[in-house]
Amino acid sequence: MGSWRRWVLAPALLLVVLAACDAIYEDQVGLWDWHQEYIGKVTHAVFQTASGKKRVIVATEKSVVASLNLRSGEIFWRQVLEESEPIDGLQVALGKYAVSLSRGGSLRSFHLPDGSLIWETSLYTSPSPAQLFLLPSDDLLVLKQGIVYVVSSADGRLLWTADLLDERLAQTSLSFEGKNIYVAGFSGSSIALFRIDASTGAFTTLKTTEPLNPSSFVLSSGVFAALDTQGDIVTGLMEGEVVELQKTSLATLLDSPVSSAQLLPDKIPGGCVLSTDGGSIFVLGLDKKGVEVLQQIQGPAVVSNSIVLDGTFAQSFLQRVNSKEIRVRVLSGKEWIETAEETVEVDPNKGGVQKVFMNAYIKTDRSRGFRVLIVGQDHSLALLQQGKVVWSREEALASVVDTLTAELPLEKAGVSVAEVEHDLYEWLKGHVLRLKSTLMLATAEEQTALQALRLNNADKTKMTRDHNGFRKLIVVLTSSGKLFALHTGNGGIVWSRFIPELSTKGSLKLYPWRIPHKHVDENPVALVLGSSHDGTGFAAWVDMLTGSVQETLALPYSVKLALALPLVDSSERRLHLLIDDQNKAHLYPTSDESLSLFEKYMQNVYFYIADKGAGQIEGYNIKSQIDSGEEGGLVFLSQKIWSVLFPKDSETIAAITTRRADEMVHTQAKVLGNRDVWYKYLNKNMVFVATVTPQDSRVGAANPEETWLVAYLIDSVTGQILHRVSHAHAQGPVHAVFSENWVVYCYFNVRNHRHEMSVLEVYDKSADGKDVLQLMLGRYNASVPFSSFSPRNLEVKGQSYFFPSTVRTMSVTFTARGITGKQILVGTIGNQVIALDKRFLDPRRSADPTPMEREEGVIPLSEGLPVFPQSYLTHAARVEELRGIISVPARLESTCLVFAYGIDLFFTRTAPSRTYDSLTEDFSYALLLITIVVLVVAIAVSMVLSQRKELREKWK
Amino acid sequence: KPASVKLLLNGGEKITFPLKNGYFAFQGIPAGTHLIEVSAPGFFFSPLRVDVSARLHGQVRASLVETGRVLSGNLVLEPMRQEQYFEKREPFSVLGLLKSPMGLMVAFMLIAVVVLPKLMDNIDPEEMKKIQEEMRNRPSPSFSNLLQGARS
Repeated sequence: MGSWRRWVLAPALLLVVLAACDAIYEDQVGLWDWHQEYIGKVTHAVFQTASGKKRVIVATEKSVVASLNLRSGEIFWRQVLEESEPIDGLQVALGKYAVSLSRGGSLRSFHLPDGSLIWETSLYTSPSPAQLFLLPSDDLLVLKQGIVYVVSSADGRLLWTADLLDERLAQTSLSFEGKNIYVAGFSGSSIALFRIDASTGAFTTLKTTEPLNPSSFVLSSGVFAALDTQGDIVTGLMEGEVVELQKTSLATLLDSPVSSAQLLPDKIPGGCVLSTDGGSIFVLGLDKKGVEVLQQIQGPAVVSNSIVLDGTFAQSFLQRVNSKEIRVRVLSGKEWIETAEETVEVDPNKGGVQKVFMNAYIKTDRSRGFRVLIVGQDHSLALLQQGKVVWSREEALASVVDTLTAELPLEKAGVSVAEVEHDLYEWLKGHVLRLKSTLMLATAEEQTALQALRLNNADKTKMTRDHNGFRKLIVVLTSSGKLFALHTGNGGIVWSRFIPELSTKGSLKLYPWRIPHKHVDENPVALVLGSSHDGTGFAAWVDMLTGSVQETLALPYSVKLALALPLVDSSERRLHLLIDDQNKAHLYPTSDESLSLFEKYMQNVYFYIADKGAGQIEGYNIKSQIDSGEEGGLVFLSQKIWSVLFPKDSETIAAITTRRADEMVHTQAKVLGNRDVWYKYLNKNMVFVATVTPQDSRVGAANPEETWLVAYLIDSVTGQILHRVSHAHAQGPVHAVFSENWVVYCYFNVRNHRHEMSVLEVYDKSADGKDVLQLMLGRYNASVPFSSFSPRNLEVKGQSYFFPSTVRTMSVTFTARGITGKQILVGTIGNQVIALDKRFLDPRRSADPTPMEREEGVIPLSEGLPVFPQSYLTHAARVEELRGIISVPARLESTCLVFAYGIDLFFTRTAPSRTYDSLTEDFSYALLLITIVVLVVAIAVSMVLSQRKELREKWK
Repeated sequence: KPASVKLLLNGGEKITFPLKNGYFAFQGIPAGTHLIEVSAPGFFFSPLRVDVSARLHGQVRASLVETGRVLSGNLVLEPMRQEQYFEKREPFSVLGLLKSPMGLMVAFMLIAVVVLPKLMDNIDPEEMKKIQEEMRNRPSPSFSNLLQGARS
């Protein structure tokens, strides 16, 4: 009897599997997903205001060339170039091409209106810093460590090149004067000066009257100026064969003693800018006669580029008045008189100004106005004009390093009646519109009204918790040291906080310090761990709902590792252990209560430290408390209990992955088609380590016969290697995800030249032969405490598949209870996120599954993993330079929130097994109501009819 | 839109964009085997394996990774398929409405109201009496009995 059922079930199941890619309709874009585009911290900017659309072309630290709307700051277009190659120069040539120079020597020209590529020239292939200049003839000049390239801006043709010197110049300066190009370079021991003919590239080496060893130097309009180590400023005119040097003492020139000074590389035609250690800035004029002070600006200031105004030049200087105000001073003309001064109020949460770009415009009353583009310490970009901030962009969000989610506060009771009535009216209106649209009665206007209504649902952005757990705050930490809280509803910034003490170097991490469950009224707190500017550790405690910094602490040691312990104190603060570079453990919070809690737990603390450079993993436990000395705090000594050493010449660690500590697993048992039960080996201490054969990282160079990838499963408590498997012809980079009892990892197969994805599933076979009841009550139950020391009989199953794209990052979905199936979230090289059903990565897949396996839902084996277009979570959007995917369980079991970050941010939600526990968003309540009403009416009518009929029958 | 198309060599090591006329070039590529991937919104391209010969002065041999097809002559990349990221919304139809649970419910109701009485009418009055008698004779079947009956 069962067999026919199987045959019916098998194709049905297959259909379900294939249809389970949780796709959305096109009109649902933006309903619960959002996509934000960023560019990163701006390093170069060129204004383009002469004609047509007013815009500013920028290049950023993230290797993005973008064109921004000058009035609103919106992105017209952007192109993301090679991640590993910073952009060294940006110019606008011929008024229509934006030309960028990458570190790898690629000169690219983009069409200004739409950003399409016009031409591309590769000047050199060895990556080295270079500078890009625009010649007066509108051709481009690249100066790279003493080699000059001149390129035609029309088609990218190399016009001429001049190799000035055999030695490489570490520091260079360049200026144009008439037909000549002057280059000054410093090779580390002596200065070299050159004059080049701009049209032919013929050059002459100039000699100086005496040898020079300058600390800084600059070339300006054919005049050379340098600061030598004796505190003198040396100037010389670049004429003839020999440059005659004139020395002037800085102290007499500036009329005050100066201990150290520096010539800024910013260009002023016919002059230079000198900054002293006192913070003052001097504008010096340079000419044949020598040097003179033109202007002096007291206090530290940031200097902008200079622009040409009516034949003379102008430059702006930005000074910080106080934490809220910035003074912009514009100096111009031959005498460098102050022509404009404005004080602008800015957000105090931005830190200092790091870069300024200036532009001039004609106001409506025909007077001249200035606008400046400022780059803040927090990577933000803002345009100041007429004493106001016209727009600003939070570019720190392009460099997210860590995220946490916080629950919003509970909804307060007491909503006014008017609000409910209004809501009810809106709700009804929405449903009437929707019904009309389903019945195709709606006009085009009503359609757009409906779409707007759906997109701007006020419920979406409420600052309270919702029933399904879709509304949360995403707290993101960026590499600039700025924290943001984004609302999951529309991605709006709820708060932002810049922590200036955090150093941008070193790792930055976020930890959930306090997640209140009992005291619901209190706010959750996050712990930010980073390093301060002197390299030691730095910790800050930040309220996750308001963004206020509760406490900061400069740690006297640098933090190697932080462990969140499964212990909370009476005020629900989680105990954390910070491991310092001497492997001593510091316990936080430092209270007596936490100490007594920890002492009970101490012998169960194990941790491991992986040293990728040395190729080893070491396991530690906590030995004893030691006297912390004068630093105070609770310090414990750790001892090494095991170590795994990988042979250095054949294996380097490529990836280390563990299970997420808060992962929920619904069931330990897996029931097969033949009613057998397999038990998942759910060991939270299991670590997946992948090693690859060391080599130079280029894909093409490796010899396919000699590359191996070895995957290990290691128990991090005992150091025991539970499983080891090797893949031939495999090469990194390796990405891996670890969830429940399985690991999925991907690598590059050199021989087939394809990407592969492998799965390992670990089952506990020591439970075999016992019946289910015994297991439910006995010692193999998942709820029984698990010990790494009890011996196990493990069975590991594995299988590999091809994957059609390079993988940038991988993650896996998490749901509230772990009942729902899993999806593997793959970030592809095309910057998209693919949701891949775990059932495709099932090691039990075979070419011809038995009917029993079919019934269970095992998919027949195929060599490649299928990618359905509907399984792209990002649909048509691109998350440029995708670096991470975070999944957060919603309260609704079927649904998981997904946040992907790179240069862009993208948020959506996914239901790996479809939304089986809620009605879809577009469920027509109105239709349901109408059906019920119709049914009630039908019942009433038929009742009357039947009564009449009965009456008639009785009369018969 | 050509401005959003991007070509990536060896997993993003080198990037280039197609020109307006659709041509593209990677410059300064060493000899060896390389992988070119195409990122174009809305289209799926197979990765392209390119062998650059060191001996034969940079002679290039290319093949599609997904299908194994060798490209000869000029490198012309064609999308393997157009990607439809979104599910098509079915237009409203009476049949679709009927297929929905509510529609089925209504249909069943209608059948119950209209057809069942007709069925009863069709039964012979004598047979009806017979059945009614049988019913009286037998003890009324309980629900659990019914279930068991259905199972056997």
